[in-house]
Amino acid sequence: MIPLSWYLILSAAIFCVGLFGVLARRNAVAILMGIELMLNAVNINLVAFWRYLSPTFIAGQVFVIIVFAVAASEAAVGLALIISIYRRRTSVAADDINLMKW
Amino acid sequence: MQLETLTWLIPLPPILAFGLIVLFFNRNNRLSHSIAVGAMLISWALAMIVFANAITTEHLGEHPIASSIPWLPIGETTLRIGVLIDPLGAVSLFFVAWTCLAIFIYSIGYHNFGKPRDPEDRAGLPPRAGGIDPMYARFFAFISLFAFGMLTLVLSDNLLLLFIGWEIMGLCSYLLIGFWYGKESARKAMIKAFITTRVGDVFMLLGLAYLYSATGTLNFREILFNEHVLEMLASTSSGFLGLSAAGLIGILLFFGTVGKSAQWPLHVWLPDAMEGPTPVSAMIHAATMVSAGVYLVVRFFPLLAAGWHHGEALTPTLTLVAFIGAFTALFAATIAVAQNDVKRVLAYSTISQLGYMVAAVGIGAYVAAAFHLITHAFFKALLFLGSGSVIHGMEHGVHHTHEHVDPQDMLNMGGLRNKMPVTFWTFLIGGFALSGFPLLTAGFWSKDEILADAFANGHLAVFIVLALAALLTAFYTMRQITLTFLGKPRTSAAEHAHESVWTMTFPLVVLAVFAVAAGWVGIPEDFPLLGGIIPNWFHEFLGGTLLEHPELIEFNPVPLLTSLVVALGGLFLGWQVYRDVKAGEPDPLERPLGSVYTLLKNKYYFDELYDLIFIRPAYWLAETFVSIWVDRGVIDGFLHAVGRASLRLGSFLRNAIDLPIVNGMADAFSQGVKRVGHGIRIIQTGRVQGYLILGTFFAGLLLAYFLLFQP
Repeated sequence: MIPLSWYLILSAAIFCVGLFGVLARRNAVAILMGIELMLNAVNINLVAFWRYLSPTFIAGQVFVIIVFAVAASEAAVGLALIISIYRRRTSVAADDINLMKW
Repeated sequence: MQLETLTWLIPLPPILAFGLIVLFFNRNNRLSHSIAVGAMLISWALAMIVFANAITTEHLGEHPIASSIPWLPIGETTLRIGVLIDPLGAVSLFFVAWTCLAIFIYSIGYHNFGKPRDPEDRAGLPPRAGGIDPMYARFFAFISLFAFGMLTLVLSDNLLLLFIGWEIMGLCSYLLIGFWYGKESARKAMIKAFITTRVGDVFMLLGLAYLYSATGTLNFREILFNEHVLEMLASTSSGFLGLSAAGLIGILLFFGTVGKSAQWPLHVWLPDAMEGPTPVSAMIHAATMVSAGVYLVVRFFPLLAAGWHHGEALTPTLTLVAFIGAFTALFAATIAVAQNDVKRVLAYSTISQLGYMVAAVGIGAYVAAAFHLITHAFFKALLFLGSGSVIHGMEHGVHHTHEHVDPQDMLNMGGLRNKMPVTFWTFLIGGFALSGFPLLTAGFWSKDEILADAFANGHLAVFIVLALAALLTAFYTMRQITLTFLGKPRTSAAEHAHESVWTMTFPLVVLAVFAVAAGWVGIPEDFPLLGGIIPNWFHEFLGGTLLEHPELIEFNPVPLLTSLVVALGGLFLGWQVYRDVKAGEPDPLERPLGSVYTLLKNKYYFDELYDLIFIRPAYWLAETFVSIWVDRGVIDGFLHAVGRASLRLGSFLRNAIDLPIVNGMADAFSQGVKRVGHGIRIIQTGRVQGYLILGTFFAGLLLAYFLLFQP
């Protein structure tokens, strides 16, 4: 049986990849993809802990499903925003979207 | 319809007429007087129905026509408003209704209805050349209100409602005396009348309050027809000069009468009230206002006389009433002798006659006082209206001849009997009634009864004073008649005088009938020859108002002879002295009486005296003391000092506290916030990723902290 720590290491690695994507990529779509990676890393964590520590409780799985739902919604809203911005500024670079600056 | 309901309705038509004229019809003269006279006619008709029912009721005194409804709840008790027709109320209602109606009709002619309006006439001044009065409608509105006040007063069953009617009349007298407000004398007279009567009214209000606090009710029947209440009031001490509560209340209420009925020392307003149009003089001086004062003392006689029994020495209250009345009767009669203005003579005569009634109340001659009140109302209304007719005729003459003479001065008249026959004969009847011309006239019977009462009960001083006053009354009445109507015209204006229109002469005739006939109801039964032909109905009827039926006095020839002598002697003397006064001559009495005449002519200098002791101190108090010293000196000075101190304190607070501390702190705070904001705004890059990096960094720090330091 594969030890729990492996899953955690995998999860941490995917999370870091996602985080890096979010922080370092200029393309907003890529940032969104990074966020998806981070969410899924968390999902792996949740499922692994459920399976190894408390398989009798269903909470871990439920959480994962909620995260999926939130991620899907977030992706839909995010992509819609990106399309809207693209139509106005013909760019999806996060650096160019600095309207909120003082 | 119920009699009570009818009684309630009596005062209402005039007040409705007042409202209608004032609000809607004041542009239409014909409609205005139609409404006013029509309303008075309705009131008169209702009053006659009620009167007819009242006199046919057995024992009206014990079972009066009365009805009342709750009015003002006060604490645990309720003041009730209501009407009351007892014998006194019934006879008062009778004369008020008749005289008011006569005066209303007379006013139509007096104010020249039917004549075109003279374009030179100004509102507030009498018409100059016989045109219709510019404020015709207003006059009828005012007298309607006046009639409402008087009817309310007579019908009221409690002192408070009576007081309301009383004050309405006070207001109306003010408005009507100053009806021709364009004249300064009229303006002064209206203020004088209002303020002088107000002096009496204040005392009356005090009496009313005292009465209410002592008995808990203001209803006439509950106080005056109730032995227990009267005894209680008579035996309670008021703690003032040793008077009983009844005595003090009586005196306070009597002061109201002194003001309203123009008794000495508050008589000064009445002669000046002649500034109003003549119907007003008749209204005020005969039918309504001054009668109201006497009505009040007659009404409150049981209270005034509480604790006194017939034949005993007078109580202090009654003595005061008798003294004021008798003194006024003589005092005013002497002044009347030396007046030349036809209306002023009547004004002083009114004061004198009211003094008679008051004196009669004071000596306990209750029925005689009420009797004289009624006969006097008729013949004095007649005399005033007659004098108005004379003045009217004279004004016509003055206008016709363009002669500049005073149309009211009797010395400018003379010989009017041929020019104005109806006025002459009615005036003669009124004058003879006033003088007490024996047997025929109403004035004789009522005056004789007062004298007989005074004599029979041993009030000799009062008797002598009143007899003297009666002598003077006959004298100045005959003087007036002689100067006005007899002899030859002394001015060409008098030659061109003419009889007045029928609306003026008709009321004169009606009143003349009453001036004669009103006396027949009260002829003493034991009078020689005439007694008993007509029963002494008045005494029987009116006596029912009192708890204790007053006794008839026995016939005594002394007062009868006295009253015959004074009446006939006075009339003869008056005729003898004045029968051939030539034009331009002074009064025949002026030389023989000398300075006494001047004193009388100037009314004992009472106006000057009051001017000196009341009016000037009041002006000084107002102008010098209150205005300059107290107001501008003390109050303004204090206010200015406070103002300046506040200003100083304010500027100190501003410079020392507000500006440096409060403002400084607020400024520093806001500047600080601004600077801090300026400094840290550089971290707001607007780049989401930058924020995320920062967030991640701090999250990492937190994580490290927890991992390293929290096991």
